[in-house]
Amino acid sequence: MHHVIIGNGITGITAARTLRKLSDDTITVISGETDYFFSRTALMYIYMGHMRFEDTQPYPPEFWKKNRINLLKKWVKQVHVDSKLIEFDNGDTLEYDTLLIATGAQSNKFGWPGQDLKGVQGLYSYQDLLELEANTRNGINRGVIVGGGLIGIEMAEMLHARKYPVTLLVRETNYWNNVLPEQESDMISHHIRHHGFDLRLNETLTEILGDAQGRVRGVITGSGEEIACQVVGLTAGVAPNIAFLKGGSINVDRGVVINQHMRTNIESVFAAGDCAQFQHALPDRRPIEQVWYTGKLQGECAAKNMLGMPTLYNPGYWFNSAKFLDIEYQTYGTVLNKLRDGESEFYWEHPDREKAVHIVYRTEDRLFIGINVFGLRMRHDIFNTWLQQGKSVDYVLTHLRAAHFDPEFYRHFEDAVIQSWNAQHPNHMITLADAKSAKKMIFKNA
Amino acid sequence: MSELNTSISLTQTYPAKFNALQKTGLTLTGIGILTIFLAWAGAGTTQPLLCLLITIIGLFSGGILYTYGTYGHLPKGIKNNRNFISSISSGGTLAWISAVAITGFYVVLYWRDHWKTVFGTDIFSGLVHMFDPLSQLLRKSDADQWFVYGSFYTIAVLIMGTKFIYKYRHNNYQILRTCSVMFFQLGFAWLIPGIMKALYNFEPFYSYFWPLDYDAIFPGTLSYMLDRPGNLGVFFIFWGIVMSFIATPLLTYFFGKRWYCSWVCGCGGLAETAGDPFRHLSDKSISAWKIERWMIHSVLALIILTTILILVSDVIGEHLKLSINQYVYYAVLIGLAYLVYRGIAKSGSQMRLRPTMIVLGCITGFLILYALIPNLKTGDQVVSFSTAGLAKWYSFSIGMVFSGVIGVGFYPIMGSRVWCRFGCPMAAYMGVIQRFKSRFRITTNGAQCISCGNCSTYCEMGIDVRAYAQRGQNIVRASCVGCGVCSAVCPRGVLKLETGPDNAARTEVLFTSEDLKILV
Repeated sequence: MHHVIIGNGITGITAARTLRKLSDDTITVISGETDYFFSRTALMYIYMGHMRFEDTQPYPPEFWKKNRINLLKKWVKQVHVDSKLIEFDNGDTLEYDTLLIATGAQSNKFGWPGQDLKGVQGLYSYQDLLELEANTRNGINRGVIVGGGLIGIEMAEMLHARKYPVTLLVRETNYWNNVLPEQESDMISHHIRHHGFDLRLNETLTEILGDAQGRVRGVITGSGEEIACQVVGLTAGVAPNIAFLKGGSINVDRGVVINQHMRTNIESVFAAGDCAQFQHALPDRRPIEQVWYTGKLQGECAAKNMLGMPTLYNPGYWFNSAKFLDIEYQTYGTVLNKLRDGESEFYWEHPDREKAVHIVYRTEDRLFIGINVFGLRMRHDIFNTWLQQGKSVDYVLTHLRAAHFDPEFYRHFEDAVIQSWNAQHPNHMITLADAKSAKKMIFKNA
Repeated sequence: MSELNTSISLTQTYPAKFNALQKTGLTLTGIGILTIFLAWAGAGTTQPLLCLLITIIGLFSGGILYTYGTYGHLPKGIKNNRNFISSISSGGTLAWISAVAITGFYVVLYWRDHWKTVFGTDIFSGLVHMFDPLSQLLRKSDADQWFVYGSFYTIAVLIMGTKFIYKYRHNNYQILRTCSVMFFQLGFAWLIPGIMKALYNFEPFYSYFWPLDYDAIFPGTLSYMLDRPGNLGVFFIFWGIVMSFIATPLLTYFFGKRWYCSWVCGCGGLAETAGDPFRHLSDKSISAWKIERWMIHSVLALIILTTILILVSDVIGEHLKLSINQYVYYAVLIGLAYLVYRGIAKSGSQMRLRPTMIVLGCITGFLILYALIPNLKTGDQVVSFSTAGLAKWYSFSIGMVFSGVIGVGFYPIMGSRVWCRFGCPMAAYMGVIQRFKSRFRITTNGAQCISCGNCSTYCEMGIDVRAYAQRGQNIVRASCVGCGVCSAVCPRGVLKLETGPDNAARTEVLFTSEDLKILV
């Protein structure tokens, strides 16, 4: 058997490693982007000088040979599913028995005038990083970031690290409030401004202006203001990178359409990660999941199905994390930006506006549904267990100390959280369990 | 491959853009350093107090102003911008110049008496005399070169410690740990020995224990201590033995070796403060790890052997001696070298030539040569070893060259923990306990790792932290000194230093993708 994977990101590589763990088959990973797998999420740290590119590669070069995973640095032009053949842009071909499409995504461009000028770019690939280096090589006076998401804030932080002023144009009324509830969104907006960024909420992009050389020289906003800048970051989301499949017989919509076995409409062709779109989304989840962890889970699931071990995509409870400048964010379970019918919430925020806890539960039976944590660290395994066991919000709050994951000697905020809860819920007063019982819960395997 | 490296050249050295406070701080530091040279050139003999005051005020005020100028206007949080761009912290020109200068300074200082005979004059007198007023105040005697060295060392720990604390002012673990190493350096390694010198003409260091303080239980040291006035010497011996053989294993069991390496030790103290700008330069390759394990455990074995032999020879009343034919000896040496090579090269991955390997290879070669030369007698074609020779060799090669010169001088090239990682027998001793019988681990938070590499990059001990974290495994490694920086730089809150039950769960992969699935 020859398994071929297009894309050497976290999804493709997780699939390759899983295939190797479970079989002795031939494995080939194709990527035109880089020679070796690197952590896409770390691109910003290279630009800021925290790491070198090779530091973002999770496995040393000898790893691939040792695990007999063939790497091929080529761009795919077309897939011929009838003859099970991949055609590269230089005319070469490669035969496969099973194929995994894990080509990731690319930055959205919504047809703005001037969006193809020099100095206008997204941030997703290694090539994007090189482009940003080139675009700022001679220094810039200002960068404008369009779109208020996770990549937007990263790009803003990158430019800021090199002491370039940054303006963020965000369509929403508050930062990322299409995902975050209003309270957290407001706190993050405050934090972004506290760092000295020019954050424009309720603001859109109308046009990107170019100079005689075809380089960006400024933008015109929705409210008609002209802002001079030399770099424009387009970070209004990403879309599946599947142009090479258009017009072929693999079924595509926004992404490559797959079923719960990660299989496309073609028997031997699978897709996973940022480029894949579930025909039927799982409850509480989106049809296209574009985060690191789902890429990992989908890659593993796809590999098992490629080996003929029928495995349904069953990712368990949602979790994610991010970092907004200096505020870390972790989430477990489901906390949507707006409460759904039958849901209640509890929100606590520290007066310093850098720490917050947001808990959502079912009003009727008080079932714990999810938590957002900002500026504090909490334990994944503890929350996953509580979600699995269907614990109540009262149970979660009582044992909140067991979830604490901040470094030693950090101030604890469980008492403040519970105080705030008790003030709001006199009929459901909580007494925090002591540190000893928390320790017992953490080290339950003892 | 060529394309891979372009990002580094593409990451251009854009200007640092210093603000007024930073410039003032650098100016004052420059004046402090200039005064050191003026004192060295002779002003220290004629105007010691003035030189000393300008130096100390210049360095401290400069350091603090620069720190405030660098971090003061920024919100608290991780500050690693430009680490791989600045010349000094990325192994560039400034790094090499400082490495050579610091190494050279130590060499010059160590052989002060030798240079006296070479040059016919004490080239150090100005610098040493500058410290006379301070030494008189503290020790009631004039300064010597070791007081000068100790004072500079303490100044570096205090200034750079302050900088480190301010840089990590959001992190209580880092603040407390750094206060602790500053306290132990200032109090236990500078003030107390100085005061004891004034009162009893005896300079005990209560924060170094065997096997790091390698001659602590040599017969010579023991008899010297027993001659001290009162029970001071007896207490020193008692303290040392309790710390080495009872407190160290116990504390390491409960807290990991960090209780010493990153909270108490002076070598660690300098590494964590003055060495912080270089921590990311440690080599993370598997081959470096292999060399590390060979070297550090060899040093531990060597000092145990040396100590036992020297105690035995003291009991039986004569030096043990071993003489062998020099050709037999050469054959054994080549055989050993081959075995070491096989051992390192065996486990599969290719041995690529890296700076670490070249430097460490040269050091090893030099140390072996040094051990041979004094023992080679012309004519009789015999190589002889004696316990006295062995102790002398250890003292020079390990105690001086490795821990002193290389340990500090190579910071800007090989990272801040070269000695701690490749040579320190105390670290090796505690490492064995930490690896096999301890409650300490770095816990990985479920499946939150995004493999970004910050933890591995900023591990001064060269541990590939990410390799464990990305598969949901806790990190239990002999070499971890528990500095907590991996946890601090992690952007997703994945790592936490903690102590828990010492059972199988400490190292197992506890959280795989299987665990994420709903149990049905």
